[in-house]
Amino acid sequence: MTPDAATPTEPTDVTARLTALVAALRTHGIRIGTGETVDAGHAVAALGLADRGLLREGLAATLLHTPGQRAVFDAVFDLYFPLGVGAPEGGRADRDDLRDRLVAALTADDTALLGRLAMEAVDGFGGYGSSPGSDGWSSYQALDRIRPQTLMARVRDGVRAQSGAAGFTDRLLEDEIRRRIEAFRALVGAEARRRVAERRGRDEIARRAVAPTADRVDFLYAGKDRLAELRRTVQPLARKLATRLAARRRRAARGTIDLRRTLRGSLSTGGVPVRPVLRRRRPARPELVLLCDVSGSVSGFSDFTMLLVQALHDQFSKVRVFAFVNRIDEVTGLLAHGTADPEGLGARIRAEATLTGWHGSSDYGVALGEFAERYGAAVGPRTTVFVLGDARTNMSDPNLPAVRRITERARRAYWLNPEPHAQWGTGDSAALAYAELIEMHECRNVRQLSSLVGRLLPI
Amino acid sequence: MFTSVDEVSARLAETGYLASPAVATTVFLADRLGKPLLVEGPAGVGKTELAKAVAQVAGARLVRLQCYEGVDEARALYEWNHAKQLLRISAGREESWDETRTDIFSEEFLLTRPLLTAIRGDDPKVLLIDETDKADVEVEGLLLEVLSDFQVTVPELGTITATRRPFVVLTSNASRELSEALRRRCLFLHIGFPEEELERRIVRLKVPDIDEALAASVVRVVGALRAMDLRKVPSVAETLDWARTLLALGADTLDETVVRDTLGVILKHQDDVLKAAAKLDLDAL
Repeated sequence: MTPDAATPTEPTDVTARLTALVAALRTHGIRIGTGETVDAGHAVAALGLADRGLLREGLAATLLHTPGQRAVFDAVFDLYFPLGVGAPEGGRADRDDLRDRLVAALTADDTALLGRLAMEAVDGFGGYGSSPGSDGWSSYQALDRIRPQTLMARVRDGVRAQSGAAGFTDRLLEDEIRRRIEAFRALVGAEARRRVAERRGRDEIARRAVAPTADRVDFLYAGKDRLAELRRTVQPLARKLATRLAARRRRAARGTIDLRRTLRGSLSTGGVPVRPVLRRRRPARPELVLLCDVSGSVSGFSDFTMLLVQALHDQFSKVRVFAFVNRIDEVTGLLAHGTADPEGLGARIRAEATLTGWHGSSDYGVALGEFAERYGAAVGPRTTVFVLGDARTNMSDPNLPAVRRITERARRAYWLNPEPHAQWGTGDSAALAYAELIEMHECRNVRQLSSLVGRLLPI
Repeated sequence: MFTSVDEVSARLAETGYLASPAVATTVFLADRLGKPLLVEGPAGVGKTELAKAVAQVAGARLVRLQCYEGVDEARALYEWNHAKQLLRISAGREESWDETRTDIFSEEFLLTRPLLTAIRGDDPKVLLIDETDKADVEVEGLLLEVLSDFQVTVPELGTITATRRPFVVLTSNASRELSEALRRRCLFLHIGFPEEELERRIVRLKVPDIDEALAASVVRVVGALRAMDLRKVPSVAETLDWARTLLALGADTLDETVVRDTLGVILKHQDDVLKAAAKLDLDAL
């Protein structure tokens, strides 16, 4: 790929565009080999460029390997193979007229028309700035001016007037319209990205403005809908991790060479170790104790990890989960299998467990001290302890002796920190102090978490 | 096999499989590029049906390898018929050993299993490797040779190469991550839940006696259920089951009682039923 392959005025050289698309996908962590790119080229040749929808499906089939990559692919594809170039034909629409036509399109659920309206909306209301270099297109501004969410009542009345009878399915109508409006907002977002890309160069926009795949989103910055998306991946992820643990267990059962017994046995063959003796393992399922900081800043991370460990519960003989802000309480019961409603989990934990004392900010020192005091018996020689949190202890005493007591009693102890390594020890973070006593790992997104869980979980 | 994507959709539709554009495009490409097709998606969206429909369209024989934990070379590739070999040895007592040896390792004593069957012979075949994720990792290694070169090596007979490549469909429920090497050799297709309009057509096709308005309402309710955060979301198979149930009950339209009584057909967990009932404003069960 040549660097100038993606300037807005390039000739429609399909090969260059295809390789640029692949390069953009690779920057999002999607691994695509040359072989797949060649296949994609064959696919383009077989399908032709006439139908954009077919081209999209064809490239997706040849380039992607997992369903999770599809959202990123769609956004990047829209940039490299845009529906149109430049501004839509016709003059700038006037706001009320656009809203009227939007109502009609939403009522009829006409996707093609909605796409055209999204183009007009960005063109008419999304532009800002006037001098080259500082101007651009904003989906936020366009949506703020058009306010599609306020059209709800009009669309609903329109649909009712058309279909007439208000049967059972009438109660579903509002949710359906909400989903249509949501789809329109996504269209506006994609259109604004396309317009910006025409001005700024496609490669940069593809790298920056396309949301990453769910497993690479930072826990600390994930919004509410992103967290909901993550929660849906808990079960499949748990299944994958369970097979990975089972494989490790199988390997471990074969065991390593027991040197002492091998050498002892070699005496009968004149010192030649003919028959290696393997170390035998007692099949005991390990116990797990989780200490989770559920205060506002890291609760997304803790909730996700708790659900994941709960989904893995049959891998362990005993799982106990404790939550804390500045006091600690056991929440194992709240996570019990089947009853756990992942959506309201965080709220339920905060409502039903005693997590705060006099104030509402997190205090690791007091909470860990209370754990060592009250629940010390939960940690034994078979137990692995995981502490989840950012170690930001609001300037209070980190209580290192308590941590030392926990790590001494446990078989293994790990700390998973959702903050990037560079921020440990900055501000009120006691991460570096804790990291001297307990093995601390950076765990910023699902990808890191799953590799850590697969590696660190005891077998 | 096909000349255009539209032809794929049209001919699949003749066999009773309504394909979305994504499905049709990928089948077309799999045929054109001669690559295996890896189909993933939730249970009950018609992954296996797709392979059957393609076989029917192509007039090909469907060879099916059902994967399960512990499936091995002897089940997937080939096996020597030991019992028959023993009979042959004891039958020919006067023969010299050399004669016997060359004889008992001939085609007559070879039991071909699906992968070898799909490669041998000149008639068109569709090879369906079902639930690939259930098989162990070792079997994936076995598949790599078969899927990239379409050849199988039997030590006593030599390498058998396909004279006519079968159309290969692998399905997976993603209960285990398939290896990158296997994924790279395949075209990837994720079949999700169909769009409302397509699902309506599927219901009308598979349950022809159903009233059009009722079919539309059924699909809308199922669509609403899928938007909820349920443990097991209803799939196309459940939609069809529900449509058939409603037909059998003689319901012309959906109303609260009917939905409440038949919710068990589409939802398989009690807490899902409770949650859906609450969200759909049904009275307490």
